[in-house]
Parts: sequence; structure tokens; C-alpha cells
Amino acid sequence: MSATAIPRVHTPPPPDPPVRPAKHYINATSGLASWLLTVDHKRITILYLISITIFFAIGGFFAMLVRLELITPQGDLMTAETYNRSFSMHGIAMVFFFLIPSIPATLGNFLVPIMCGARDLAFPKINLLSWYCFIVGAVFALATAFMGGVDTGWTFYTPYSSTYANGAVLTAILGAFFAGFSSILTGLNFIVTIHKMRAPGLTWFRMPLFLWAMYATSIIQILGTPVVAITLILVGLERGLGFGFFDPKLGGDPILMQHLFWFYSHPAVYVMILPPLGVMSELTAAFCRRRVYGYHFVALSSVAIAVISFIVWGHHLFTSGQSVYAGMVFSVLTFLVGIPSAIKVFNWMATMFKASISFEAPMIYAFGFIGLFTIGGVTGLFLATLGLDIHMHDTYFVVAHFHYIMVGSAIFSYMGGLHYWWPKITGKLYNDTLGCISAVLIFLGFNATFFPQFILGYMGMPRRYHAYPAEFQFLNICSSLGATLLAVGYVLPAIYFTWSLFKGKDAGPNPFKAKGLEWEIPSPPPTENFTKVPVVNSEPYDYAPGAGH
Amino acid sequence: MWNFPLFPDAASSMAGQVDALYFFLVAVSLFFTVLIFAGCGYFAIKFKRVDENFIPAGQKDNMVLEVVWSVIPFFITLVMFAWGAVIFFRVYTPPEGAMEMYAVGKQWMWKTQHPEGHREINELHVPVGRDIKMTMTTEDVIHSFFIPAFRVKKDVVPGKYTTMWFKPTKVGKYHLFCAEYCGNQHSGMIGSVHVMEPADYEAWLAGVNRGETMAQAGERLFTRLGCASCHQEDNKGRCPTLKDIYSKPVPLQNGQRVIADESYLRESILKPQAKIVAGYQNQEMPTFQGQVSEDGLLQIVAYIKTLTKPDAVAAVAAPAAAAPKPATKGGNKK
Repeated sequence: MSATAIPRVHTPPPPDPPVRPAKHYINATSGLASWLLTVDHKRITILYLISITIFFAIGGFFAMLVRLELITPQGDLMTAETYNRSFSMHGIAMVFFFLIPSIPATLGNFLVPIMCGARDLAFPKINLLSWYCFIVGAVFALATAFMGGVDTGWTFYTPYSSTYANGAVLTAILGAFFAGFSSILTGLNFIVTIHKMRAPGLTWFRMPLFLWAMYATSIIQILGTPVVAITLILVGLERGLGFGFFDPKLGGDPILMQHLFWFYSHPAVYVMILPPLGVMSELTAAFCRRRVYGYHFVALSSVAIAVISFIVWGHHLFTSGQSVYAGMVFSVLTFLVGIPSAIKVFNWMATMFKASISFEAPMIYAFGFIGLFTIGGVTGLFLATLGLDIHMHDTYFVVAHFHYIMVGSAIFSYMGGLHYWWPKITGKLYNDTLGCISAVLIFLGFNATFFPQFILGYMGMPRRYHAYPAEFQFLNICSSLGATLLAVGYVLPAIYFTWSLFKGKDAGPNPFKAKGLEWEIPSPPPTENFTKVPVVNSEPYDYAPGAGH
Repeated sequence: MWNFPLFPDAASSMAGQVDALYFFLVAVSLFFTVLIFAGCGYFAIKFKRVDENFIPAGQKDNMVLEVVWSVIPFFITLVMFAWGAVIFFRVYTPPEGAMEMYAVGKQWMWKTQHPEGHREINELHVPVGRDIKMTMTTEDVIHSFFIPAFRVKKDVVPGKYTTMWFKPTKVGKYHLFCAEYCGNQHSGMIGSVHVMEPADYEAWLAGVNRGETMAQAGERLFTRLGCASCHQEDNKGRCPTLKDIYSKPVPLQNGQRVIADESYLRESILKPQAKIVAGYQNQEMPTFQGQVSEDGLLQIVAYIKTLTKPDAVAAVAAPAAAAPKPATKGGNKK
């Protein structure tokens, strides 16, 4: 078809002052049932947003318990058992119930159909089902907490988890299992939507980079998650019924569980970080008013990361007695997966060159992201280096590294994206100054919390320690103080976002004067997103038409 | 809390090598981090939006630039890989003639044993300047034997032996940690490694060591369990002889060969059917699973090792060292 001949749908320039549409997805119908049984992807976004925020708070609460205990070398604030359950619940809540669903289930759910120019995801009811899977998992997770928690860590290593641990291991496993299905269903929906429901003229290489990132993420979700689901069931069968899969006393192999677990859980790190990388490309383009430099490389690097991420899992087993040659293969592949990430960072920088950079809250978050992602990335090289990993494995260096990636980078991008699309989702503007302040606070707090842990790690402090030798105390105090600052940084957005809902100015369709289909429809959008199917006949991020092609 | 070192002690032959690699990575990381931070900072200031209506000119993608900034970092990481792999090989390939020490992890303590028979709990005394090879296992869950000052760590896995080695270079007392989370008192599973002058070590060992050596204890177990009735010295028994087999290749019934290392010996005691020596039926040997403790198994293994003359080990070890040992280890596990 000749998409180029059809003129692109343009919304008229925003009227002044911006008006909120009388009818939109939020007030289209009312009543609790209209929300709990909704199949509108935008309303499901809101359901997810509320659910994962609750789990972020729960995970954060347990993190604060951990940091409080570690202020002193002696295990004096709580018993070892309570401490172990705290860090386990922190990990389970944050990984399975916040980080993995964070961007896909909220921003992804909201934006994938709109960026495709579609009226909803391909399977709206499956989308609702995915939220209910999440809620079933969440009920199990909360039940775990009320039954006294688990002390296996979020990694459920055998034979500890299957034979020796006390606590509600089976309940926790079921929680992660159901949350996994919610992730699979979301991924499935996105893949079909991106393949089949793109608007006329929206070719693959006209897609916003966020869609590329979501596509790559979805591949990992549907290929990897079943493996961890099966693994967790095997652990459950061994624990509940004594089947011998992993415990050598029952004829099993404990290392097998680590292979199966990391076959998903390493790619899962990319489920947590690919969406943030996609958000970053959107933020860079919007606040530089520029097409992302090296668009094709940035797009395909997401796919490259998704593919390579499946063959690096063995770098979690360098000290496990895995063969030295296997270790070498996994090491070199791990270095390889770092390259597409570096490509993205360099391309964002090139985008900024001679651009028109605006310092609004989302961009401050984006700058913070680049900082944390760089530090998290280069410290990953240390751990990929075989000879160094022997020393650093299972120390605080690892804890610091993965927090920089999975928490620092992922949350910075999530927050940046939330600030960027908040006016679109809610139709309201928040206080930008407070947004900038929170970004700076979180950046400082985050570094104060986690940078000392790199030093602690190289000094040899093992992770998951309730008590520790006295010489590690100073750095642990730094870390705990930083965590306090971090907590303040996180509470601030909760306040001004809530405030904006009631008192915020109306945003209008395009408060940032950004390009993209989502900015061509009203804020908040109507239930059907587009009154008329849009036709796309321009390149993405077409700020200076014709440039770069 | 006012004594807070920011860098660990370096007390083994490996520590300096690991630290050198570490500083190389720190330097490369600093370079790229500064480059990216400075670049972003400079662009942010220089290209700050001043005119609300200004739309920056587009820019053409540049294939050469993309290739350059992909390939250069990749080659730098290859240097890291190769350097790291060399050290990895050294750390996990015990040298010949190393002093043998043994450790068994247990919730929540380290039980170590010297070949002379002395046992320690959460402590390990070793002489300075000697290569020391640890053979380790656990009675329950996975633990990990970690001595930060030596820059070495190895997981201790139930159901098999793992090994590691180090050569202490500095007299002193160093932390021994369990690095793999193992339950309630994980952080209590710590101890000390005491590195002593060789003479002091001998004196210390003579002072504390009472009773039989590991091999003697193993021989007693060997006799008590009735092993000797079949495994005779002259290969005329119903079972293969155990004389001069340690660390030598053993032909198997299925045509493969394994090196008779500690792991193989252990497996053959607990799962006699797993790898049957060529020419034997093995209907007779029962499993000893559950009948011998991990400590006892190590003693029997230590005893079997003494049945092999030292020169026989060296003769076989020479070619084995040329063709790196881990290959054969990996092979006999599958």
C-alpha cells in the first residue's frame, strides 16, 4: 500500500490553556466492577501501577530492616532468622513483584497499543488475566510474609530450599510461579500486538525504540519464564513429596538447579533492564528534540541483548565447580552481551551532541540513568572476568553491581518514564521542580548506599551476612545513611504525584512538545485511544523532517 | 569502627596477580566512566535548550562510528577475558606436590583436617610458602570456602568433592568465610586461617596432634568395612586393586577412561555401579551410602592415596599437567 500518499493525522496545536477532554478512559464508566473487570489496557495499567507500588513499598520496608541491622557488626537488632527472612522477602518482593512487571506491565501496557496506533492489545482479556495471575501470586507472596516468611533468598538454591530451610518455601514458590505466568501473558500479548496491530505505514523501522525494547523483552518473557516456573515446581516437588531432583541424598544434583534457575534468571535481568533502555531512548529523543542517533543500531541492539542473554547464565557458576572450559565460554559470551549496551550509551550521547537539551524532571532522571548504568555496566565487566570473579563472587561487590543495574538504572528509567508519560496517563501536570529534586536526591542516595558496597565486596564481605567483622562497619554505616536519603527520594514523588491528581494543572495532549502517536491523542486518552486509525508516513522522532535518512 | 581498611590484605601468591588485574579493570572502567560522565556533562551544558522553538538539525547515522565504538570496547574486553582466564586456570589447577588439607562444611561450621590427623573447627593452620591443596565437601547444604586475603573461593557442594589451592605468602591470621548462603547462622560460619612459619607450624602440629594420621584412620575404616577382603594388593581379588591407581587413568567397562582422583574414589565407594573398571562385573560391591560419614570418606580416600607411590603420581602427573587436568575432571563427572 502507498502509505506515503496518505497525509499523516495531525492533532491541531494544543489550545491555550489546555483542556481536559470531557470523556476519557478514566471516567468512561464507573464503579469498582468496571475497574476490576476492565479489558482496557490503560485501566489495567492503573491496576498494575497500584499493585506494584504496594510491593515496592513492601520490598523497601524489608530493605530498610536489612540496612538498619547492618549499622552494627553484631547481629543485635533482630535475630539471624528474622534478618535472613527480611533479605529474602526483600528480594522476592522486589524481583518478582516489582522489577519484572515494573515497566512492561505499566508503561508497556499503556503505550504498546498506542505507539502501534491500535485501540487495545491483541488479547485484552488475556491482559486482564495476566493481572489476575499477578494478584494470585501476590496473595501467595503476602501469605508467605504472614506465615513468617522464607529464608532462602530469592534464588531458592537447593538443597537448602528443598530440604533444610524452615518457613513457607512452598507458598513463596507458588507466588513466584503465578507472577511468572502474568509475565508470560504480558509478553505474549505484546509480541502479537507488535506483529499484527501496527497502524498502516508503521513499518518495523518506524517503530519507536520503546516498542523494539518491549518486543525484545517479550521474547525473553515467553521463552525464559516457563523454565523457571518448571524449576520452581521441581523444587516444590522435592520439598513437598521428596522427589529427588536436586538433593544428592535423594540422588539429585544441586548444581542442576542453579543451571535451570539462571537459565531464566539471568535473561530476567534483561527483562528488568531492556524496557528501561527503551524508555531512555524515548526520553533522550524527546528532551533533545532529536531523532535518536544510530536508530537501527539501538533497535537491533535490544534484540541482540535478548538473544545473547540466553547463553550467559553460567557466569553465576564460576566458583561452583563447573568445568573450567564452560567457565571460559560463559565469560567471553558475557563480555559480548556488554557490547550492545555500550552501543546504546554511545548513541544516546551522540544524540545529545548539538541537540537542544531541556532539563525537565524526566531528563534529569535520564541523566541519572546514564550515570548509574555506566557504573553498573563497567562493574559487570569485573564479574565477567574469571580470575576476579573467584574473589568477588557472593560478596557485596555483586550486591552493589546488580543494584546499580536492576535497581538504580531500572528505577531511574521507570521513574523517568513515569514522569514523562504521567501527564498522558492522568492528564495532569506535576510539580517539575520537585521532580528534579527527587531525581537528584535518589541519585545521591543511591550512590551513597551502593558505592561503598563495591569496596566492601573487594575487601571480602560476603553477602547475606547478619553479623560481620568490625572492620567492615564504617562502610556499612555509609551505606545505611545513603539508604535513608534514598527512602526520602522515593517518598517525594509519591507525594507530588498524588497531589497532581487533585490539584495539578491540565496537561493538554502534548505538554513536552514531543513526537510520537501517544502525543497526538488527548490526555487522558479516550477508551478507544484513536477515533480514527492513524496512518504513519514519517520516520520516528521526526523533529527535523527528512534528517538522517 | 575507626579502623576501616579500604583494601584487603594480600597474603597469597595469587593475591598480587588478582589485584593487578583488578587495577587494570579499575583503570579501564574509570576511563570510560569519566569519558561518559564528562561527555554527558559537557553536552548538557553546551547544548542546553535556550530557544524554546529551536529544532536541532538532523544528523546522518555513521556506520564507521558505530563499528568503532563497538569493536574497540570489544577488544578491550577480550584482554580482560584472556587475562582473567589465565588467572582462573592457575587458581583452579592445583600444582603437583601440594600439601593436602581437607575441609568438610556443616551447618554452621568448618571442620578441617590435616593429613597428620589433627582436626580443627573453624580454624586452619598452614605453613607459609607451601602450596596447599584443599579437598572439600559438605554434610548438608552448599557452602563456599572463601579466604579474601588469598583471593580464592570455591563452592563446597554436597555429594561431591571440590578442590582449590593457595600458597600463603605472609604470616598472619586471616578471615575464613562461608560465602554461599547456607541458612540461619550463615554469618556465623566464619573462622580463621593462621599462616605460620614452617618451623612454628611443625611445632604447633607436634603439640596438638595426638592419635593417628588420616591415612591410618582410613585404613582402620577400610578394614572394618571389609574393603580389604576384595580389593587385594595383587589384583587377584574379586575387585580391582587400589594399589598405584590414585591420579592415574583407569579404563572403564564402557571403553572410557577416568582419572582416579578424589571425586572418582568417593563416587566408587558410594555408587559402585556408576563407573565399573574394565574386566569386572561388579555384582559384589555394595553401596556404602549412608554408612560412612564425610569425614570417614575423606580418611578412606587419604588412605587409598597412600597406596600409590609418590613417584607413580609424579610420572602420571607430568603429562596430565600438559593436557590440563580439569578436562579429565569434567569428563568423569558425566
